[in-house]
Amino acid sequence: MSPAKPARRGLWLERIKNVTLSTLSNPYHVISIVSIVVLLYLIIVPLGEIVSTTLHWQPKDIRVSPSAIPGAFTLYHWINMFTGSVARAMLWEPLLNSMLVALCVSALSLLLGGLMAWVVTRTDIPARKFLSFMILVPYMLPSWYKALAWITVFKNDRIGGYPGFLQAIFGINPPDWLSYGFLPIVLTLSVHYYAFAYLLISSALSSIGGDLEEMGEIAGASRFQILRRITFPLVLPAVLSSFILTFSRAIGTFGVPAFLGLKTNYYTISTMLYSSVRSRRTVQAYILSIVLIAIAVFTVWINQRMIGKRKSYTTIGGKGTRSNLVRLGKARTPIFVMILIFMIVAVLFPVGILVFQTFMLKDGIYSLSNLTLHYWIGASNPQIFEGEAGIFRNPAIWTSLLNTLKLVLLASLIATFLGLILGYVISRGRKRASGRLIEQLSFMPYLIPSIAFGAIYLSMFSQRRLFIPALYGTLALLVLISVVKYLPFSTRAGTSSMMQIGSELEEAAMIEGASFSKRFSRIVMPLAGKGFMSGFILIFISAMKELDLIVLLMTPSTSTLAAMTYSYAESGFHQFSDAVITLIVIIIMAVYLLAAKLGKVDMSKGLGG
Amino acid sequence: MSRIELRGINKFYANVHVLKDLDLTVEDGDFTTLLGPSGCGKTTTLRVIAGLEAPQSGMLTIDGVKAADGEALYNMPPSKRGVNLVFQSYALWPHMTVAENVAFGLAIRKTPKAEIATLVKSALERMRIAEYAGRYPSELSGGQQQRVAIARSIVAKPRILLLDEPLSNLDAKLRIEMRSEIKRLHRDLGTTVVYVTHDQVEALTMSTKIAVFFEGRLVQVDTPRMIYGNPADRRVADFIGNPSINFLECEAQRDGDSVVIDSGLGRMVIGSVSARNRGTAAETAGAAALGGHAVLALRPEHIAISREPLTGAVEARIYSAMPAGSETLVHCAAGDTTVLAKTIGQEEFSTDQRVWLSVQSEKINLYAAADGALILGAFA
Repeated sequence: MSPAKPARRGLWLERIKNVTLSTLSNPYHVISIVSIVVLLYLIIVPLGEIVSTTLHWQPKDIRVSPSAIPGAFTLYHWINMFTGSVARAMLWEPLLNSMLVALCVSALSLLLGGLMAWVVTRTDIPARKFLSFMILVPYMLPSWYKALAWITVFKNDRIGGYPGFLQAIFGINPPDWLSYGFLPIVLTLSVHYYAFAYLLISSALSSIGGDLEEMGEIAGASRFQILRRITFPLVLPAVLSSFILTFSRAIGTFGVPAFLGLKTNYYTISTMLYSSVRSRRTVQAYILSIVLIAIAVFTVWINQRMIGKRKSYTTIGGKGTRSNLVRLGKARTPIFVMILIFMIVAVLFPVGILVFQTFMLKDGIYSLSNLTLHYWIGASNPQIFEGEAGIFRNPAIWTSLLNTLKLVLLASLIATFLGLILGYVISRGRKRASGRLIEQLSFMPYLIPSIAFGAIYLSMFSQRRLFIPALYGTLALLVLISVVKYLPFSTRAGTSSMMQIGSELEEAAMIEGASFSKRFSRIVMPLAGKGFMSGFILIFISAMKELDLIVLLMTPSTSTLAAMTYSYAESGFHQFSDAVITLIVIIIMAVYLLAAKLGKVDMSKGLGG
Repeated sequence: MSRIELRGINKFYANVHVLKDLDLTVEDGDFTTLLGPSGCGKTTTLRVIAGLEAPQSGMLTIDGVKAADGEALYNMPPSKRGVNLVFQSYALWPHMTVAENVAFGLAIRKTPKAEIATLVKSALERMRIAEYAGRYPSELSGGQQQRVAIARSIVAKPRILLLDEPLSNLDAKLRIEMRSEIKRLHRDLGTTVVYVTHDQVEALTMSTKIAVFFEGRLVQVDTPRMIYGNPADRRVADFIGNPSINFLECEAQRDGDSVVIDSGLGRMVIGSVSARNRGTAAETAGAAALGGHAVLALRPEHIAISREPLTGAVEARIYSAMPAGSETLVHCAAGDTTVLAKTIGQEEFSTDQRVWLSVQSEKINLYAAADGALILGAFA
């Protein structure tokens, strides 16, 4: 492949000159190199640093071990964490809890999501459009709002304070296992993550050509046989995939187990990680982060392998004709009603009870005289919750609202724009090593659970590094971490919209003499604009409800609405946390409806949190 | 109006050797067609000329000015070469109107507004699509889009016009119309045209020169007449011509200045061989090697069918006859040998009818059995 030997004089000089000139005039390579360096710095370097921290003695270790030499290599932390006196409480029990929760959540979500996907895409259920929207609503809201609703209903007197809904109305004191811990965590998470399975399986189901099933019918198979022998094997990859992806999400989730587990010392890895950071056991927190990342990497790896083997299935299938919808017959109405009841229990009731609670002066007293607007518009009253003013009169809330909007707007704008640039480099560099490297690097944050990501950035950017000043306590840090965390989604969206812009369109402009920036601004961007909008909205919604990612990085001046909810709930100010979450829900729904009105937004692309 | 010279061009994609030591000269004002099956390197050659691909080695000059130098890693930007390209997909920008598409390049070159308007108008009028100026590409038919693509490429009066299979997405009728349109355009503009196609009829009807490619190698550059009458090797002979050429295995012996050929169509003696040899290396070597196994190639129209016995004709049977309006294709079997013959007009034959075939032996091309190289060319 080497060209003929350079026999001409001065050839090397000429080569260097020409390469420099062409590199300068075609910034593709410059962009690639900058992207790689930045991605390495923001993703790989922090990972490397936390691994390295866990493998070295830290200054304060002198207290725990006399042989500690700060800065020297050691396996002490790992050995201690896995076999030492803290191992059981800090690692193995939380790990077991996390695994059990994630397994049960995945199974339950798969069951719920899969059934609903089949009913909505494959049967003659009435009001299909309405249902497919309603089914996705829980997914647009934060997962932990249901945890708050759960507490409001099932709170028992173990913790003290005001009684829950059940106790107040029916005088039942729910047992601990119903109020806190494993069961409520699994149920509330499943009611969130089923949408994940629903999206994957329904898109797989609707891509199966009706003709494949019709052929089965012609061959004399019964409806059940068709389902079992044709339909199910065809969607099996999507089923397995949604199980594994749900598992990888659920194992690292923080909000729900924090709200429902900490009160009874029911720890998962993520909540243990949070407490370790809070109690300044940094190295342990890092080890827990690495454990979480390892599990996520492992599950995604399994998924890739499986999909790789069975991929051919998902693309098979003639036209997506839906001529042969299954007739539900007599079961049509009951099934419809059942789904409606589910929606009411899973969506409307939790939202409703939270909204209602914001109007209750005192927790747990369900009477008309107890109703008030204090938590929305009341002035500060020292008798109620230490004088905290109603949220519309509360400067802290206004600051958080402003912070949230700033953060969310900036993060989704930057992430979407970077996604387009990286998508451009990836789609044009499919055949180059640089393109593939960028694709893989930008996918990395997907493998790092949010809470672990927060822990990593907390240490990485709390002091000055190179030319980046200490970012802890600034909004910039929150924007940075959100941008990096959402990069896998924005890059994937960017790549797919760039793939649709044929390189010939650009080459035609190149021949006309358009420079790179002209081509990008006049040809590429206008054509990618549509993808930009929908990518932006999806990230906006994800960022709006984000708690896990930023909970560790929060300071009072940079607090967001989601974090506000968390700290109110932590201190038992339930009406306030409920009022704030109501505000979040209203903003999310308004943005979503606005976006849906302006253009098509495909929720299935937003398999975020 | 420009002369293009490619010298020793080599191009690799990863480890795939796409262009192998390509030497090609396109004379000023030529209409040169790059012809070959898909994957033969013709489009890559076009993209090298356009400047969209840089060759790893070799030199490209346009009007004597160096445009690409593989060894020095030099590749002049496309816009500096005075070329324009019509893409196979047309590559019309879907978010711009027809007029905006055509005006884009002029605006980039900072042409004054008034001049842009005149130039765009005249380009659109030339392609007879002036009434669609305000439409978007998606609102046009395939043929109209094609015209827009051509208008866009000629509006700035390029020295060289490159066309990459421009007609392959059109239906048969429109294709014939556009062929004559492009040929006319070449004459009116006097531009040097390089045209890529895999359709040999397109190449034969439009070009002043045809360059035939196989597997990244340039096999023959010649006028359409020579390409059709004297294909330089067996692959070219097979590729050019519809219906395709007959190949018959034969024994060929040199006898003084004549060659004696024995094939399934009997014995043929071809005289004054040295006069037919145009002196290519392959032919000289082939003529020396004459004697033994070879392949003779004969176009269907050079076999005449007679219903009566003729002296020198070979008896055969009609295998099947396929009248197609202006011509009739006839499969004939002479013993174990089957040949395709073509007669003008509608002829009726019955299956297994006895006929006599006579061959225009001066039209025969003879190829080496081993490597398919031409060893004896026809009188073209």
